[in-house]
Amino acid sequence: MKLIRNLTLSAATALALTGGQAMAAGEAGNVPDVDFPFDGMFGSYDQMQLQRGLQVYTEICSACHGLEHVALRTLGDDGGPGLPEDQVFAYAEYYEVFDPLLFDGEGDFRPATPADKFPASGLANAPDLSLMAKARAGFHGPYGTGLAQLWYGMGGAEYINAILTGYEEEPECALEGEPMDGYYNKYFTVGGFPDSCKYEDGTHKVEGSWIAMAPPLYGDDVEYADGHATDLDSIAEDVSAFLMWTAEPKLNARKEAGLTGVVFLAILSVLLYLTNKRLWAPHKGKKET
Amino acid sequence: MGGIPHDHYDPQSDFEKGMQKRLPIIGLAYDTLMIPTPKNLNWMWIWGIVLVFALVMQIVTGIVLVMHYVPHVDMAFASIEHIMRDVNGGHMIRYFHMNGASLMFFAVYMHIFRGLYYGSYKAPREVTWVLGSLMLVLMMGIAFMGYVLPWGQMSFHGTAVITGLFGAIPFVGEAVQTWLLGASAVGQPALNRFFSLHYLLPFVLLGLTILHVWAFHTTGNNNPTGVEVRRTSKEDAAKDTLPFWPYFVIKDLFALAIIMVLFMAVVGFMPNYLGHPDNYIPANALATPAHIVPEWYLLPFYAILRAFTADVWLVMLVEFISFGIIDAKFFGVLAMFGAIVVLALAPWLDTSSVRSGRYRPMFKWWFWLLVADFILLMWVGARPAEFPYDWIALIGSTYWFAYFLVILPLLGVIEKPDTPPATIEEDFKAHYAPNVGGTKTVSTPAE
Repeated sequence: MKLIRNLTLSAATALALTGGQAMAAGEAGNVPDVDFPFDGMFGSYDQMQLQRGLQVYTEICSACHGLEHVALRTLGDDGGPGLPEDQVFAYAEYYEVFDPLLFDGEGDFRPATPADKFPASGLANAPDLSLMAKARAGFHGPYGTGLAQLWYGMGGAEYINAILTGYEEEPECALEGEPMDGYYNKYFTVGGFPDSCKYEDGTHKVEGSWIAMAPPLYGDDVEYADGHATDLDSIAEDVSAFLMWTAEPKLNARKEAGLTGVVFLAILSVLLYLTNKRLWAPHKGKKET
Repeated sequence: MGGIPHDHYDPQSDFEKGMQKRLPIIGLAYDTLMIPTPKNLNWMWIWGIVLVFALVMQIVTGIVLVMHYVPHVDMAFASIEHIMRDVNGGHMIRYFHMNGASLMFFAVYMHIFRGLYYGSYKAPREVTWVLGSLMLVLMMGIAFMGYVLPWGQMSFHGTAVITGLFGAIPFVGEAVQTWLLGASAVGQPALNRFFSLHYLLPFVLLGLTILHVWAFHTTGNNNPTGVEVRRTSKEDAAKDTLPFWPYFVIKDLFALAIIMVLFMAVVGFMPNYLGHPDNYIPANALATPAHIVPEWYLLPFYAILRAFTADVWLVMLVEFISFGIIDAKFFGVLAMFGAIVVLALAPWLDTSSVRSGRYRPMFKWWFWLLVADFILLMWVGARPAEFPYDWIALIGSTYWFAYFLVILPLLGVIEKPDTPPATIEEDFKAHYAPNVGGTKTVSTPAE
């Protein structure tokens, strides 16, 4: 069908051309691809991985960062970490929340319940992580067209994973000038950068920049109940996957709806194609060449 | 309708006859639905239906979103997250609405370039065309104001940039900007009025859609040959046309279903691909994003806005002649709006005696160059304003204006067009021989 081919082509071209604007965010240049279980049309969250990621978040990230948009009850939802009800209650008590109704309307702290949300960030300069995996992206190439995102996905979780594993020794050029605040991270591109590491035209000699956050993970920071590997790459992947879930908790349901919609609309298209062909047949004879 | 002779509504029952005397709404619906339509319309004549469908989808999903959205600077962002997380099916409704805007613009650009190629703007369809141009501007305004509502980083700083454009108007600019924002800076008053207008204007667009349809139902559809339907007799007209129902309704529904397959794939599998990650960061007046870019559908015009910088000689000349009243910034604003004005003036700028681009050998090349130019501007609009992108944007913008202001008027004089077929029937028969004896055919109905 020429129509289908044309439509697919034009849609693909339009999508390819327009995705490129994400590049302008100036965020992450090249981040390494991670083969997450939720990648692709048929991908979905790995419940065990989300639970491991929750553990990493709870034991390490939550010291400074918050998840103010995420309700604690959703930890028990399908398509999420899927904690049993008693564990959701037990987990909620781990946090204290401020309740303005307590203490005769003056407010007081009390243990959280599943009806509450995760606390907000404890540190002023630690951003809330609820939506971090959607507020960042990767794979903007080639030439800013964003074509790579069609293949690799938006790259938000990959970006988080890259930051967590991107800490390295400061490059030698940095030692020449004033000492930098923060920590060198080869995947963090929007932080401070020393003049001693720039060429005369202002371009950078090394990739990355300096980030305020100290390296949060070193490997073996947590002990998993399921015996899963706890090297740096594994726990960084787990917590990145968990943060993808906090940003897009309905991903599984969305892809199911998408697939159902595509299949049913495709069937409808076939039926309408046949109807249309039959309807027009008396008016169109065999095509002349 | 369309001055094309055909059978009109003939009320049968007593009820219908009574209604026809009192409120002839059934007759109006009948005549609208049964309008004689050129039978050679190709697959580029489907975008109008797609647009009507998309507009209704946007209004329906939008009304549901409003039930849960809070237009307050401290709560708007969280209320969107509430929709995404807590409202039943909210994530799908919101993604439909978000990507629905992209669907509308994709369809409207296809629709516009269809009109440009087949000369649909030419007499007697100028009113349809000018209404359409107005609708494009309105759509851009609606889309922009809708993008402000989530109150993310790009919403906030995009508002500052776009309202800042009006600040470039000489003498009254600052007052206009303050009037638009309801304050001296982007804040609660701006959010409230954008919310109000984002709800109101789609209904104005719907009203204009009705006028747009009314206008081309009065003149009759254009078609790929650009040759008018014969109005000499009902028999002649019937040879050139088929009624809209069922022939074109079913054809359009088929095309719409295919487009919805693609749309559903985007919503289901990559709903944020066309968006900008920065808008998932709550608005913060103190942290400006590194690059502020509009959504993809506004990029070609954004590129034109940025193309005319102070070092372009034309800009310098205009600034000199106007004693500095029209500076580079205001020139850019004029260019951006001018880009749509010249589009709206196409009916009077095109001097060719032949309507359809199919029979215009030289025009074809310039037309496809314009399409390429539009795509180029879309790409360059998202690139940083530095070499070589500034040059690409300037050349692309210049071609946009040259096409309408120079090439269209000149082509009509220098080009020797081919001869279009005498009738639509002739064109149709050249593609499809009449079906004899009702035997099963093996043709594909697509052109």
